[in-house]
Amino acid sequence: MLPFILRRFLSAIPTLFLIVTISFFLIRLAPGGPFDLEQPLEAKVMENLRRIYKLDRPLIEQYGLYLGALLRGDFGPSFYFRDFTIGELFARGLPVSMMLGALALGFAILIGGALGTLAAFRQNSAADYAVMALGTAGLTIPNFVVAPVLQIVFALMLGVLPVGGWNDGAVRNLVLPVVTLALPQIAVVARMTRAAMIETLRSNHIRTLRSLGLPNGVIVRHATRGAALPVVSYLGPAAAALLTGSVVVETIFGLPGVGRYFVEGALNRDYTLVMGTVVLVAVFVLLFNLVVDILYALIDPRVRYE
Amino acid sequence: MPAWLKRIAIAAVAASAMAGAAAAQVIYHRGNDADPETLDPHKTSTVYEAQILRDISEGLVIHDAAAKVVPGVAEKHELSDDGRVYRFILRADAKWSNGDPVKASDFVFSFRRIMNPETGAKYANLLYPILNAEKVNKGEGKVEELGVRAVDDRTLEITLERPTPYFLELLTHQSALPVHPASVEKHGTSFTRPENYVTNGAYVLKEWVPNSHIRLDKNPHFHAAGTVKIDTVIHYPNKDLAAAARRFMAGELHSTSDIPADQTKFLKERLGDQVKISPYLGTYYLAVNTQKKPFDDVRVRTALSMAIDREFIAEEIWQGTMLPAYSFVPPGIGNYGTPAYADYKDLSPIDREEKAKSLLKEAGYGPGLKPLKVEIRYNTTDNNKNTVVAIANQWKAIGVETTFINTDAKTHFAHLRERGDFDVARAGWIGDYSDPQNFLFLVQSDNKGLNYARYENPEYDTLMRKASEEKDLGRRAQILFEAEKIFMRDLPYIPILYYSNKNLVSSKLEGWVPNLRGANATRFMSLKP
Repeated sequence: MLPFILRRFLSAIPTLFLIVTISFFLIRLAPGGPFDLEQPLEAKVMENLRRIYKLDRPLIEQYGLYLGALLRGDFGPSFYFRDFTIGELFARGLPVSMMLGALALGFAILIGGALGTLAAFRQNSAADYAVMALGTAGLTIPNFVVAPVLQIVFALMLGVLPVGGWNDGAVRNLVLPVVTLALPQIAVVARMTRAAMIETLRSNHIRTLRSLGLPNGVIVRHATRGAALPVVSYLGPAAAALLTGSVVVETIFGLPGVGRYFVEGALNRDYTLVMGTVVLVAVFVLLFNLVVDILYALIDPRVRYE
Repeated sequence: MPAWLKRIAIAAVAASAMAGAAAAQVIYHRGNDADPETLDPHKTSTVYEAQILRDISEGLVIHDAAAKVVPGVAEKHELSDDGRVYRFILRADAKWSNGDPVKASDFVFSFRRIMNPETGAKYANLLYPILNAEKVNKGEGKVEELGVRAVDDRTLEITLERPTPYFLELLTHQSALPVHPASVEKHGTSFTRPENYVTNGAYVLKEWVPNSHIRLDKNPHFHAAGTVKIDTVIHYPNKDLAAAARRFMAGELHSTSDIPADQTKFLKERLGDQVKISPYLGTYYLAVNTQKKPFDDVRVRTALSMAIDREFIAEEIWQGTMLPAYSFVPPGIGNYGTPAYADYKDLSPIDREEKAKSLLKEAGYGPGLKPLKVEIRYNTTDNNKNTVVAIANQWKAIGVETTFINTDAKTHFAHLRERGDFDVARAGWIGDYSDPQNFLFLVQSDNKGLNYARYENPEYDTLMRKASEEKDLGRRAQILFEAEKIFMRDLPYIPILYYSNKNLVSSKLEGWVPNLRGANATRFMSLKP
């Protein structure tokens, strides 16, 4: 197993390098620059700004400088949020986004998994249809609709939760954003679990268990293993996306995560911020794909990595 | 009791104790547009940064609650007879938040700092009326040559290039705020961190969590600290206006910096006079490419302008959060009288349409002739889209075929600035100071960056130059009015709407006076329990 993990880590390096390289040059193609306002800057001031941020060097040299800094773990200064470095912005925002994402992910696995299993065991019953309906609704209603509706119902009408704000991560402030993030994931996980579970329940080893007259609890335990495989492979990329924040949820609830930087970085032509977010997501995706592969081996005895 | 339970119990006690202490404090939860790019006053450029800086710093002169220019750090000032030398006497009790006195030399340091091209100040050019400022900022002179000098600790002398009637108004801008020299020199670019930031305003920076909030606490060293009634003000960046409105309704915010235009009617019904809409110093307009056929024909531009039903756009698209504009300079501006309104301001829409049609016909367009095709470029926002679509619809009535190109704001303005090809483009201008010159200078032929229309009219340029040399304010206003008349005749820019301040202001919050500058310093407000 260990050599496999090592090999995967090594093969991630060229992938990351490619992603960084392509993004670095792509963002420079966008018209306008980080210091453009509606009102143009004095030429001398612009020249100085470009010098301070090394934008006056040839592009290839800037690329080299960026790669060098990145290897030292330095994401550079933000061109837009001029009082912060990218590292500082991430250090403050990432724990928030990861906490929200992890909670949402946890709920998605627990609730989605339970609902899916229930539906599979009671296939074509009222409970099954209810889960399927919930799944469809959770998937089709976008979070920019869910979030305001939750705010209106729970904060304005019932007055039991705050509309927004971080409040140092108080539980009251976490509920609505986590629910908003979790709903579509619950839906997907429930549907996938149901489908995989139905499939597994028809397999020979489960039929054998049934024929032996074992209780449902035992059957669920054995079936879950088989049914978990497709769900796990879905959850890898989903976790990477959840943990790196959501621009919609963070903006509507006013949370200090990193999700907003994906959009703001691009719109402000904050080159270093864009690059930082790209690296961040790439690392998360690569990491979670690896986690998925490892989990696969643990769950399915037929899968072995040499 | 197990250790973890003990820890939780202690935390709970501590939290409730803190909540008790907080209850005695007056905390103002204040909505702002966005996170500042920076809190270094010399590097800022936006109104949402100004909102915060107005609370933590004080310039020589300031805007009072109604945005009138009143003494700030300078208790009085004198102007020389030739109108070029201002002498400011600093108040004796002006202090920095660490207790240091605010000295004239601090202002000299600050003005030199913003003009120094090394600083990379985006708004330095606002202060170009100061002697040698432009030279210094362009790297053609030394900072010591700047026309700002400390006569003694409490006397500051600013010499101008030429008399500038709006100079005091300029000094209320954040670019003219002082910074504390010792801490800037000590901490470099990180002097704006809460732990380092020494300021001279009513509040000090306590906490800055990007995307969450900026907390300011009362500054005990502030000279008028006794009159400051709110202990803590927390500015929240609200990018989502609808969410901000909900937070306001839930009582989580006492005021917001904007309201979602499409919910205005609902909010007015629900919140009554807590919805505050008032004129602001800005104009929303369409720039026309005056160098491109057929838009070089003033008849075409006039017809396009006449056919726009501004009342409809203001009321229906913007739900009354913008006001119909028939002049380029917004009414109520300083150093000016009534702006030069278009002569078709009071014509009925039907008459206007007829006139527009006949103008187009003269220019060779219309039924039976070739159709006029216009491409509108705009930066993507919902309201911009709705506005240009409505305009296209209104133009259709006079036989104009309209197409659209929309891009993000950076791309849009970079295209205009770099003289990319266009027919008609949306733009807006918010005044940096309350003076008509700050609007009319946009289309001077030497204004390379902002004259999107590529308008060149020597007569207009001459009037603008004459105005800049005129010392008598009344005569100057008359000259600028003549210039605006030419502007409205030639229409390089077609004014559509005036901007307005749009705020939700809690009935508990007292001392919020709507004003043309949108300047509402927390120090003038109080909160009812």
